[in-house]
Amino acid sequence: MRRILSVLIENKSGAMSRVVGLFSARDYNIDSLSVAVTEDKTLSRMTIVTHGDETVIEQITKQLNKLIEVIKVVDLNESRFVERELMLVKLRAAGKDRDEFLRLAEIYRGRVVDVTDRTYTIEITGATDKLDSFLETVGQAQILETVRTGAAGIGRGERILKI
Amino acid sequence: MQLSGAQIIVQSLKAEGVEYVFGYPGGAVLEIYDAIYQLNKFKHILTRHEQAAVHAADAYARTSGKVGVALVTSGPGATNAVTGIATAYSDSIPMVVITGQVGTPSIGTDAFQEVDTVGITRPCVKHNFLVTDINELAPTIKKAFQIAASGRPGPVVVDVPKDVTQAMAKFSYPQEDIFIRSYQPVVQGHTGQIKKAVQMFASAKRPIVYFGGGIILGNASQELMDFVRLTGAPCTGTLMGLGGFPSDDRQYLGMLGMHGTYEANLAMQEADVVLAVGARFDDRVVSVPSKFLEKPKKIIHIDVDPSSIAKRVRVDVPIVGDVKNVLAEMIGFCGKQNAVPNRDHLDKWWKTIENWRSRNCLWFDDSSETIKPQYVVKKLAEITNNSAIITSDVGQHQMFAAQYYPFTRPRQWLNSGGLGTMGVGLPYAMGAKLAAPEQDVFCITGEGSIQMNIQELSTCFQYKIPITVVTLNNGYLGMVRQWQELYYSNRESETYFDSLPDFVKLAEAYGHVGMRIEKTSEVEAALRAALQHNREGRLVFMDFITDKKQNVFPMVGNGKGLDEMVLPVHMRETKADSDVNDVTDRNYDTRSVP
Repeated sequence: MRRILSVLIENKSGAMSRVVGLFSARDYNIDSLSVAVTEDKTLSRMTIVTHGDETVIEQITKQLNKLIEVIKVVDLNESRFVERELMLVKLRAAGKDRDEFLRLAEIYRGRVVDVTDRTYTIEITGATDKLDSFLETVGQAQILETVRTGAAGIGRGERILKI
Repeated sequence: MQLSGAQIIVQSLKAEGVEYVFGYPGGAVLEIYDAIYQLNKFKHILTRHEQAAVHAADAYARTSGKVGVALVTSGPGATNAVTGIATAYSDSIPMVVITGQVGTPSIGTDAFQEVDTVGITRPCVKHNFLVTDINELAPTIKKAFQIAASGRPGPVVVDVPKDVTQAMAKFSYPQEDIFIRSYQPVVQGHTGQIKKAVQMFASAKRPIVYFGGGIILGNASQELMDFVRLTGAPCTGTLMGLGGFPSDDRQYLGMLGMHGTYEANLAMQEADVVLAVGARFDDRVVSVPSKFLEKPKKIIHIDVDPSSIAKRVRVDVPIVGDVKNVLAEMIGFCGKQNAVPNRDHLDKWWKTIENWRSRNCLWFDDSSETIKPQYVVKKLAEITNNSAIITSDVGQHQMFAAQYYPFTRPRQWLNSGGLGTMGVGLPYAMGAKLAAPEQDVFCITGEGSIQMNIQELSTCFQYKIPITVVTLNNGYLGMVRQWQELYYSNRESETYFDSLPDFVKLAEAYGHVGMRIEKTSEVEAALRAALQHNREGRLVFMDFITDKKQNVFPMVGNGKGLDEMVLPVHMRETKADSDVNDVTDRNYDTRSVP
């Protein structure tokens, strides 16, 4: 099962490699990882997308909490949350495809951020499955390059992750 | 007053009350060694290999209950220390290891003797630090000691670049613990859970207390004893828990697990409520969880480390907290509500257990003149009145020591239980003897293990550390050979030593007393003589030539359940196997298990 973990961690060199090392050492997989400093400069926040059954996720959460520099770990799936990922995708766009891609971009609320006479580069944000769905619609043949940030997630409503 | 980084380290260690530092000098720590020489604040023990320095510091911690300290140089010094660090990590031993590092301008340039120590040790430390700012040095050492000793203890590495040891700064050592916002171990158990646990245990028909090294690390031996007495339940301990409960006590069933006793393993398997305290259901204890859980049982698990709970088996009542506190609180509840298991149920349960115990699974034939390794351990226990400190290496001799020496108190048994590191025995004995000079210290080892750190005989001579090395020499890597015999159709691949040194001459070359003992009738006198030499300040190296093909039984093979032991010959002859399979056909009804 796909799970999104949100982790507050000391903003120190090496802290992130402890987290990543934990996953590899215990043979858990990171599907995506996004991390940046928070409004408090001493803290970083990571969003880790992983998968596993209840026991695996429980172990991951406990092991993360055990790291000295980890302050808090929250499994976002435990209640409602918002998830966003940013993707830049470069498409081979010639002839009638050009109009088609513009329409598609509009449907997915994407923006064209770079154009040449043979390519479009489109920016799309949304939940990971929305981005997957866009790529599927466009079709492999037209995709020249993609780059994605990995998911960032936040709890809905009053629910916050703070120290 | 301004001090150099090196002086700050020495003063900080002094402020922590450090008595011994075990180490080995080198380029990156020259400043620190100069400061040690000049300030003369503690005793430094120069080992012959960094691995041994860390093992000795580890043993000092295991014996004294304080934090052990080791000091090594950068690069190869640090990598040599890694096995020692990983060993301490596996057994949750509080330890601070200071490693030298190349100067900060050289870090990342593949400089001479540079290695990414923080990176290499990350998976096998509780935490580690690279100190690049001299102002951070004293607070970091303070934090290192704090983290090493609190919560679930463990080794902490402090990596200090050479230029930081040379820089100058004002020194003041923090008096109070430093607040670390991201590190707040839970030590008090949840009262609701504790009540639930007491009730669950009291409702048991076939209860068992299963304890591990946490009892010893958490100084909870007395509480364990009180709880076991109060409830009347049987208890069993892990290899790491030996000494946590007196071995000669009727309520103790012996060690459990791969080489546990018949009665302990069957009782663990057949129990309906298991109270696990400071133990982690290691694979050497329950083998495969699915087999362990085949017999329905409720599990209560107390551990200071939440990640140890429900890692291998599902747990009905998890309690995160210091075992000493939690057990004390449980005892309080039991007393108040008289919540202990029903007497009649217990009597039945004990009858079954006594029946298993009467099979005498550790019996062996000592009538021949060929020395049985078990016999040596048994005699050693006799002449030391079960009270010596015993260290051991890894292999058959380790299991014989665990099975046949009746440990009576915590911190009497030092062993690499988690990582299973060959070569710990001699450095462990060194560290133990320094921590407890008034105790008799014996290292029970094999001819394979001892050769992994035998150079420490030199350290023992330099510092006059009078211990006894008891080598159970069967000319084989015995435990590996045992597996080859049982599971690899006797193919003795690379387990036979056909060029062993003359250990007597070797011991003498290092300045010690060497003895070779080849007959059963000579064992006792030799051990007594060794003890005498010891007490006169000499190290004795005893080379016992033992039965080559002796195996360790009972044994739970790979993938087997605790009730599927391979039994010693004398039990097999009396149809013991059918007895094992008869576990459903006893004087209690397994269907009524809650």
